[in-house]
Amino acid sequence: MDNTIRVSVTDREGQVHELDAPTDMGMNMMELCKSAELPVEGTCGGMAMCASCHIYVESDHDLPEKSDDEEDMLDEAFFVEDNSRLGCQLHLTNELDGLKVKLAPVGN
Amino acid sequence: MIQTDILIIGAGPCGLFTVFEAGLLKLRCHLIDALPQPGGQCAEIYPKKPIYDIPAYPSILAGQLVDRLMEQAEPFKPGFTLGERAEQIEKDDEDQFIVTTNRGTQHRAPIIAIAGGLGCFEPRKPPVPQLADFEDKGVEYIIKDPEFYRDKKVVISGGGDSALDWTIFLAEGVASEVTLVHRRREFRGHLDSVQKVMDLADAGRVKLVTDAEVIGVDGDGQLASVEIKTKADGNHTIKTDHWVPLFGLSPKLGPIADWNLNITKNAVEVDTFDYSTSVPGVYAIGDINTYPGKLKLILCGFHEATLMVQSAFKRIYPDKNLVLKYTTVNGVNGFEG
Repeated sequence: MDNTIRVSVTDREGQVHELDAPTDMGMNMMELCKSAELPVEGTCGGMAMCASCHIYVESDHDLPEKSDDEEDMLDEAFFVEDNSRLGCQLHLTNELDGLKVKLAPVGN
Repeated sequence: MIQTDILIIGAGPCGLFTVFEAGLLKLRCHLIDALPQPGGQCAEIYPKKPIYDIPAYPSILAGQLVDRLMEQAEPFKPGFTLGERAEQIEKDDEDQFIVTTNRGTQHRAPIIAIAGGLGCFEPRKPPVPQLADFEDKGVEYIIKDPEFYRDKKVVISGGGDSALDWTIFLAEGVASEVTLVHRRREFRGHLDSVQKVMDLADAGRVKLVTDAEVIGVDGDGQLASVEIKTKADGNHTIKTDHWVPLFGLSPKLGPIADWNLNITKNAVEVDTFDYSTSVPGVYAIGDINTYPGKLKLILCGFHEATLMVQSAFKRIYPDKNLVLKYTTVNGVNGFEG
């Protein structure tokens, strides 16, 4: 199908959700998770200002580099690993077909 | 006891606009907010971000929007209880609500408008086991009085301005030993603060541990040490009197979760007729409410505030008829003092 990719999201209970995502709607990973009613807060609405959409990227896709804003916000997140990203900064494009991500744990 | 007509919980854009709309109906407002300044998220999280969907403003910075809302509310002389969290709600025998904050300030009003946005901003707590056991026993999330740390050993975590600023302040003649722990080598604070911390580290006055995080706390009733995990050479335990994790603020629904309102997914259910909650006299507007078709937009919150005050008026003055008056006809007649 054109302009639709398949993304897999592992939730915090380990359950895998296969999601079909449109690539022509200007959506990002945080919004995709929210629209699938997965437990992602996205408090700031996607401005890379809250770190509540922290995910791990588990496939080896070529991802855009982290911006300074994204790095800075990851400083306020916990359980940060080398493959940590903010979902809101990963825009869904055709290149991301087959992307595998996992929701990071949340603190207190 | 602070008496008002509409007690607004939350001084974000929606709460501030409520003051204006209520004022047009000659109702007075008082606002409570856990943050020390009005503006909510707009002031706390993204004051320098432009907003593009405020009618008639093709672009306005969030901070400017707050300033203008304050200006618009000013003729109606709102009262503010800032830096305090609305904690408890009860009703007195005259059908008025009494709301008490965490610092014991009491407010009384016949109408409560919850405009709490995402909730109260509270310090982000790192997920370290047994952390709660040491809160106020060596672990503090906010530095209230730097003198508290005089001649003490202090570990600070974080990479932003508050972590850098307090590291500098405490290292310059206050604490006996300051360690700054940060998850990477780069800091996001102001460049001159970063440089200053580097200089203090070179001079041996700050122990800088980067690519690292605090993963454990220990002590016998009082904090005695923290465990630091580093990428380069494993885990270390260092002795300390205090650990101050500075990871910013995040919103929590907070005490209103216990106010006996119907809550779905961290939002208060309302009737879209007037944004009333399941408790008569208590309304919820803006991002904190939910109803079929809800959109979390500032402009929707303004609309909700406007309809809500009409209903509030009728509740306060059941025998008075309310006629919609246009500001273009009547102007804005504020309150004196």
